Amino acid sequence: MLYDINLTIGYDYAAPSDHSRNLFRLLPQDIPNNQRVLSRLLTVDPLPTERFDGRDFFGNATTSVMWHDPIDAFTVRLVARIDRSAFESELDISPTLPRLAEELAEYRDIGSLSPHHFAARSRRATAWPDLMAAVRGWVDPSMSALQAVVAVGEALHREMVFDPEATDVDTPAEIAFSTRSGVCQDFSHVMIAALRGLGVPAGYVSGFLRTDPPPGQPRLEGADAMHAWVRAWVGGEMGWIEYDPTNGRMSGADHLTVGHGRDYDDVAPVLGAMRGLGAHSTMQAVDVVPVAG
Amino acid sequence: MQERARPMAEDPRLAGYRPAPGVADELYDRDGVMRPVWKPFVERLCAMSPEETRERFERGNQYLRDAGVYFRQYSNDPLQEREWPLSHVPVLLHESDWTTICEGLTQRADLLEAVMADLYGPGRLVSEGHLPAELVAGNPHWLRPMVGVAPRGGHFLHFLAFELGRSPDGSWLVLGDRTQAPSGAGFALENRVATTRIFPEHFAGERIHRLAAFFNGFRAALTGLGWSNGMLRGAGILTPGPANDAYYEHTYIARYLGIPLLEGEDLLVRNGQAMVRTIEGPQPLGVLWRRIDAGFADPIEFNPTSRIGAPGLMEAVRFGNLAMVNALGSGALETRAMLAFLPRIAEVLQGGALKIPNIATWWCGGTAERDYVLENVERMMIGPALSVDLPFTVDAATALGGRLRKAAHMPIAEWLRSGAEELVGQEAVTLSTTPAWCETEAGGELRPRPMTIRVFAARGPNGWSFMPGGYARIGLEGDTTTLSMQSGGAVSDVWIVSDTPVPQPSLVESPKGEFRRSGEGTLPARAADNLFWLGRYVERCEDATRLIRAYHLRLAAAPEPDDRLLKALSDFMTQIGFEPTRPVPEALIDRIDMAQNCSFKVRDRFSTDGWLALKDLAQSAHGMVETARPGDDAARAMGVLLRKITGFSGLVHENMYRFSGWRFLSIGRAIERADALLSMLVAFTEPDLPPGALDLAVEVGDSVITHQRRYRVATNRDTVVDLLALDADNPRSVLFQLNRLRRLLEELSNAAEGGRPGPILRLVMPLTTRLAVVLPDEVTQEELAGIRGTLFQVSDRITQTYLR
Repeated sequence: MLYDINLTIGYDYAAPSDHSRNLFRLLPQDIPNNQRVLSRLLTVDPLPTERFDGRDFFGNATTSVMWHDPIDAFTVRLVARIDRSAFESELDISPTLPRLAEELAEYRDIGSLSPHHFAARSRRATAWPDLMAAVRGWVDPSMSALQAVVAVGEALHREMVFDPEATDVDTPAEIAFSTRSGVCQDFSHVMIAALRGLGVPAGYVSGFLRTDPPPGQPRLEGADAMHAWVRAWVGGEMGWIEYDPTNGRMSGADHLTVGHGRDYDDVAPVLGAMRGLGAHSTMQAVDVVPVAG
Repeated sequence: MQERARPMAEDPRLAGYRPAPGVADELYDRDGVMRPVWKPFVERLCAMSPEETRERFERGNQYLRDAGVYFRQYSNDPLQEREWPLSHVPVLLHESDWTTICEGLTQRADLLEAVMADLYGPGRLVSEGHLPAELVAGNPHWLRPMVGVAPRGGHFLHFLAFELGRSPDGSWLVLGDRTQAPSGAGFALENRVATTRIFPEHFAGERIHRLAAFFNGFRAALTGLGWSNGMLRGAGILTPGPANDAYYEHTYIARYLGIPLLEGEDLLVRNGQAMVRTIEGPQPLGVLWRRIDAGFADPIEFNPTSRIGAPGLMEAVRFGNLAMVNALGSGALETRAMLAFLPRIAEVLQGGALKIPNIATWWCGGTAERDYVLENVERMMIGPALSVDLPFTVDAATALGGRLRKAAHMPIAEWLRSGAEELVGQEAVTLSTTPAWCETEAGGELRPRPMTIRVFAARGPNGWSFMPGGYARIGLEGDTTTLSMQSGGAVSDVWIVSDTPVPQPSLVESPKGEFRRSGEGTLPARAADNLFWLGRYVERCEDATRLIRAYHLRLAAAPEPDDRLLKALSDFMTQIGFEPTRPVPEALIDRIDMAQNCSFKVRDRFSTDGWLALKDLAQSAHGMVETARPGDDAARAMGVLLRKITGFSGLVHENMYRFSGWRFLSIGRAIERADALLSMLVAFTEPDLPPGALDLAVEVGDSVITHQRRYRVATNRDTVVDLLALDADNPRSVLFQLNRLRRLLEELSNAAEGGRPGPILRLVMPLTTRLAVVLPDEVTQEELAGIRGTLFQVSDRITQTYLR
């Protein structure tokens, strides 16, 4: 499936700021058996004084920019064409949770692909007792790791309401869960925390959803902005699987990946630092459309 | 030996000194014989009368107070300081002990460097099974952006500290490695100076190793890291700022080494090069001795909530343009669980056992280890595996001897089962005891207290060197398991004693026949900003204090209730924010606090006397809030404050070196004083004011006597304007201050622009010219107000040009 992505993000500063620095994680990349990036272009306006493109520990594309002179606003635009290939209905060959723990212990590696990075707590996604009490009601000890992931994802989709007004980017997952509401970021952080609490390594995926659904299908939640979902490691055989708790389904042909990490902090699309105080407002517009033919 | 030891042991100061059984003691060996290294010291101590002892100890305390040494307790109140808890009796170690320690720690420092190189390089220790992956991948101090980044200069570690204890059999034991940003070396210097004041005769013997050479070597090594491509880039010390518990030490060590103390906002990174914002624009920085945890160093690549770091610092490191002491990410080595694996890793990487073992540690993530900890729970400290706290820092999350220190929330066995991989057990070693002085009714005596020593190591061109002594932590009596300064422990000097005289380096080695003045270095913009505002606030306090005094003097003269002059004065004070409803207006306290706050942030550039003078001023002012009564009493209180303020100003002007920092402080004062004079002239030379207003202006302008001498008539508007605005020789005139301002500005860099006066001077020069030629009766209130407006612009331009 071929998609064209158009993304615009705008920032306004309350007062002009010199030596403003930003790090973007917005450029999608090739992922074997998942997506191929046919073209991509990231432009920043006004033109930054410095720009360095690189990769972070997890292999995500990073763009570091800086303006030496004061600016009071900037816009970043992404244009990309992606060929998404999705394989459906995999056989469940994942181990049970106790066996998964053993597999993990035998996995002696701290390279960027190691599930160990995703098993430990992180700033935004660490299990808490109330959550784990709820999780015990959703997960049966006899389940395979994959079944457990799906059970947790479905339960969260069932119990939590998608509500853009309920939370903001800094709302802790614990609060979102206690009010049973939030956006894709909150759904994902709660799910990651729950999976880690079960001993399943889990991480955060940022990306895009197809804006308008195929004819006859409902529009997915989170299509109006950048989206987030969860990846989980279900053993050496199956490796990583991806689940979208906001929409209660495995990620599929409609999910286009930009980056992945332990939680939002690792993949924040725009990380900024400016001198002085003053809030900045943001604007985000996303358009993901299938390319005919 | 026994024979000679006995008479001393009967001395009342030693009679009660009884080390507990099974505990090693520094003073007495296992047979109860005093160790030879202590004898001369104890003999002298016992020869002193109780009064002399007290007097000497007080001398040490007085030194610490005068030097302003303090230790901040963790607290939200930025001004809560605690006196440095010096235990006056040093710990004495024989050189042979010291040699053992240095050999062992050299090996350990090299081992830590090798582990660092692996953790941020190939990761072999994990893939070959010598270190569990989760202890690295789950470690908040292991920083992913550093993976694959080679440290500038070739080494990750440059400055380390080791916490050492002596176990019951007398051997040394490493209790913890401090690799992130070890603190204490500066305090060690202060311990040494204080202890030298208490026991000067011991240092005359020349058998105690000195500390200075260590710092000279470290300074040379540190600045040497700034060489690249034949160019020497500057070095700096990065502090989290005044709220940090060791901020005093940061300012002290910066002053001692002559290396600028920087905060995150002083730094910026441009094209991969770290720069310091200075009054002359960004200047390249090659070395940073960081005293902040790496996670806070860069909000872009590490903790995004950090407000104390510098955005882009990691980029500068990645570009290889900035040497970090120590490398970002070195905090991972401090992890408690690491101690469980280092003995084995030493054999793998170095092919031999650790010369000095570390405290026995078991990571409970291994089944056998967990069972062992459970079986031996009575002699275990059990705590978080990833904690970087030293053992013996027993907190709420640590269990000791099978009990949770605070409010057991579950049985130990269950705790160990449920979260085993997050826990370590560490052997609860009994620490050795050392003599500490305790006041008693009879005059005081020595008592055994548990101790650990902290040993500092610095990397030089020829390997590691160690600071010989200086720092020991002394615990509470009878409690050999808790050694925390936060909970009332103390700190003492450590003397490394030789049998023969040791080399006596001076503080700064001066090679014969050549010396060179080192430049003052470029002043960081933030420091200049704080000095500028310090000057403004102090002057504002002085002006306000004079006004308040004038007000209360008149109040004391029992005026009519509708006294117009008093009303005019009160209105004026209200207008400038010092409403006289209270004898000591809140606004005055605010300004004094702000002045102190500014001085606090530039403490490394500021004399101790000046700092103490401001502290004294603030204390007095705060004290007066409750006590001062309106009228004469308040007027006298203001007199006291005025003398303290002028005392501070005198210190600044008589003693402060005329570097650019002094200039900004003086510029701030000149602007503020000119402005205060102008606003007062505008208010009190109005034609329709009550009689006495002009006298009041002269009085507040501190020019009563000058007026009498110069004019020999009663005040009129012309004489007052002439004296307080146009007189180039009266320090309390606008023209005098503007001339001063102009001269100060001319000395700053970028003062001129293409051979002409720059924009700031172009604002000031017309004012000085005008006031020099104008006649008093030509000066209108509007013109005076207009000059204030221009001064505001001047201040603004100075900020834009130099201070940000």
